[in-house]
Amino acid sequence: MSRPVVDVRDLHTHLVTRWGTVKAVDGVSFSVGEGETLGLVGESGSGKSMTCLSLLRLVPRPAARILGGQVWLDGEDLLAKSEAEMRKIRGRRIAMILQDPMSSLNPVFSIGMQMREAVALYHGLRGRGLAARAAELLAAVRIPSPAERLRAFPHQLSGGMRQRVVGAMAIAAPPRLLIADEPTTSLDLTIQAQYLGLLEELQERHRLALVFVTHNLGIVARICDRVAVMYAGRIVEMGPVRRLFTRPAHPYSRALLESIPRLGARAARLTAIEGQPPDLARLPAGCAFAPRCPSVMDRCRVETPPETVVEAGHVTRCWLEAPGAGAPAGGRPA
Amino acid sequence: MPAEPGALSLPGLDVPAAAPRRGWRPPRFPLAVIGLFVAAAMAAPLLGLPDPHAQALRDRFKPPGWQEAGSWKHPLGTDRLGRDLLSRIVWGARVSLAAGVLTVLVASAFGAAVGLTAGYYGGRVDATLMRITDATMSFPVILLALILAVTVGPSFANVVTAIAVILWARYARVIRAQVLTLMQLDFVAQARIAGAGAWRIITRHLLPNTLGTLLVLVTLQIGYVIILEASLSFLGAGIPPPTPAWGSMIAEGRDFVTSAWWVSLFPGLAILLVVLAFNLLGDWLRDTFDPKLRQL
Amino acid sequence: MVRFVVARLLQSLVALAIISVVVFVLARATGDPLYLILPMSASQEDFDNARRYLGLDRPYLEQYLSFVGRAATGDFGMSLRARRPVSELIRERLPNSLKLAAFAMGVSLAMAFPLGVMAAVHKGTGLDRFAQIVSVLGQSLPTFWVAILLVEFVAGRLQWLPAGGIEGFTSYILPGFTLGWFVVAGLMRLLRSGMLEVLDSEYVKLARVKGMGEGRVIWLHALKNALIPVITFAGIYFAILVTTAIVVETVFAWPGLGRLAYEGISSRDFPVIQAVVLTTAAIVAVVNLCVDCLYALIDPRIRYAR
Repeated sequence: MSRPVVDVRDLHTHLVTRWGTVKAVDGVSFSVGEGETLGLVGESGSGKSMTCLSLLRLVPRPAARILGGQVWLDGEDLLAKSEAEMRKIRGRRIAMILQDPMSSLNPVFSIGMQMREAVALYHGLRGRGLAARAAELLAAVRIPSPAERLRAFPHQLSGGMRQRVVGAMAIAAPPRLLIADEPTTSLDLTIQAQYLGLLEELQERHRLALVFVTHNLGIVARICDRVAVMYAGRIVEMGPVRRLFTRPAHPYSRALLESIPRLGARAARLTAIEGQPPDLARLPAGCAFAPRCPSVMDRCRVETPPETVVEAGHVTRCWLEAPGAGAPAGGRPA
Repeated sequence: MPAEPGALSLPGLDVPAAAPRRGWRPPRFPLAVIGLFVAAAMAAPLLGLPDPHAQALRDRFKPPGWQEAGSWKHPLGTDRLGRDLLSRIVWGARVSLAAGVLTVLVASAFGAAVGLTAGYYGGRVDATLMRITDATMSFPVILLALILAVTVGPSFANVVTAIAVILWARYARVIRAQVLTLMQLDFVAQARIAGAGAWRIITRHLLPNTLGTLLVLVTLQIGYVIILEASLSFLGAGIPPPTPAWGSMIAEGRDFVTSAWWVSLFPGLAILLVVLAFNLLGDWLRDTFDPKLRQL
Repeated sequence: MVRFVVARLLQSLVALAIISVVVFVLARATGDPLYLILPMSASQEDFDNARRYLGLDRPYLEQYLSFVGRAATGDFGMSLRARRPVSELIRERLPNSLKLAAFAMGVSLAMAFPLGVMAAVHKGTGLDRFAQIVSVLGQSLPTFWVAILLVEFVAGRLQWLPAGGIEGFTSYILPGFTLGWFVVAGLMRLLRSGMLEVLDSEYVKLARVKGMGEGRVIWLHALKNALIPVITFAGIYFAILVTTAIVVETVFAWPGLGRLAYEGISSRDFPVIQAVVLTTAAIVAVVNLCVDCLYALIDPRIRYAR
């Protein structure tokens, strides 16, 4: 297997807030190869978006700081680069699609201007060539009448169209890694499906490594090859999608799957995860999920579980899986 | 690990990303200053100050107490007619503060009413009211006050009227804009569905939500009105003599700035302090209530 | 876009019409000017003759209509005091006021923009503090007081700049600065808060994600959006400028419209008062119209709203 496009090792990003220091990204490691899609799943506040921003080194300053770790992009450590070098990498080698298409585009400039800006930045084209390339990109994301659209303004387009435009700008270079931060959350369901299809097509054409952030497991099932589940700034489980859905190793992943209502199932109530999301400024010692875990053991409250390999390509952070684990308090399905 | 480069400040995402804040602090300086002036103004007759109208031509142009030729009997000096400056400033505070507060209250009440009506009813009512508001806003306040001063003669009532008659337009605009936003929210529709009439909706639902904005705007405007009143008095169209008014005091001292600089300086400082205090207070109120009002 | 301009134009005309009525009424209300013009020994018959001559005995409505009719052609009648056509007086004084206002506005913009933008970008630093202090002070200082002090110290004691009148470029500096100070303070604070808000937005984030240079992000993408609230207020600030001009013109002996108004009011010169107020209102209306058009140019959402 060739070298992965992006290889994140032990990334730490802290945020200083008025309530204390928040470990937004607490030792996160993962890698994504060419043409592969990694899903990043978790509740709000789990650190998914912060991780993505850390990859681009665009964490909100002065409150946030990347404290440690390495981010290897095609063999180069991004965390060791200067700001000027990072600027050349952003957009060109790593691109990102943000969540809200309404606000992603600058309302006072035309679509064409913003597209041409991107193309000029990455390819140094001018004049006719520039406009032509911009129109080509719009066509690539299946926007009808691209040449006319260039003259339109963002508020004249629908949400789905806007997100496509953002997608077009993202693949303008084209980049090696594309990060999509909940790109379909604000779109209508029918448009969502189309957009996902578009992303898959773009990925295939340009052999992109894709990191797809979402809280929607249905989308994960559809589009991801592997998935990483995050909780309180850590990856608690990571593995092939199939594996996670059929044999989740971490109680949190299990709970997430169980909370999805199924057609035909005769449950009287929906299962929810007990307890509240953690207060990130005051994390308990030990496993962050311990207060809400149905299979919690004494050890969980005291020591943080290390990363354990369940199977090749499937890791988790749970004492249940760690070698030499004691008898679990609750049972777990075989 | 190189230091975080650049000075890019981006919003936090799921987690609030502000640098550590010191916590909510009431604005002590402005409140203290305003409190001082208000207290002094209200207690003026009781403070044992020399009569502000008392002329003593032998004591004219005495410099402030700390200067050689001055004495502590007149800590801030005396003016052209020998009247004690400190006393006149304290008495002048009554005038300025009263003018400021009264004008703003009247203007805001009327302006808010117009804004609420225009915003609620929309359509032709809105268009007409806004036409009038726009016309009002482009009328120069000082000109109107001057005209009134010459017509009916300068007086406290005239100053308040002249300014209020033009000032309300600003409130109308701002409140209307807010009402328009509020109308989009569901609770107005709910109230209508529940059968509430216009009056009820306006007074019970819309008005309370605009009070925050009103409070901020009122506080910020008091300072502006005090300056306006002073400008009018300076031009001779404001509070007529012999009532001490900061603006006319500055005008009186104008010809003697070289020799008796204190006559014009201290009233001006008083204006500056009071207005500054109100502006700072207004800023604090705005930041507390709704930073989105930064445009005010 | 054309429809937009035409609509706004009509609105301005309506506003002017309303103002003209108000002015007319008020001017009439300032009292009988004849007492100031005719000598003490004038008889009742002299009064009646003068009244007839000046057309002051006709019914109000007739006076108003003839006033409007002639005003539309630029004829504002004769100044009762100076015995010269008012339009002549205005033509003499107006350019001076405009020049001063333009100078003041220009200086204000040149100072407010860099300060405001930089204060937002470097939020929390010394520059930001400084800018905030300047802004609050600027809006708290009484213009005429500053004017007097400046005349005394800069013109009087230090003799660096002239104290009044128009004698070449240096004469503009003190009054222009005094006039514009308030505007700088206000505009700068607007820019700062507008920029702060915009710098937080998603599209600015995306611009950085795209790899754009910080300069372009701030001065092109962010600023254009932050201009919108600024432009909204530019019209108001201009109106304030015009209002404050009266005071400044008085202190600096500037031969402009403000002083003309003051003189007209104290001598109850109807035609002059009417003309000055109308001219001022017209200027403010025109500026507001331009501001609105500029607003539509900058923000495409307004343009295509209807």
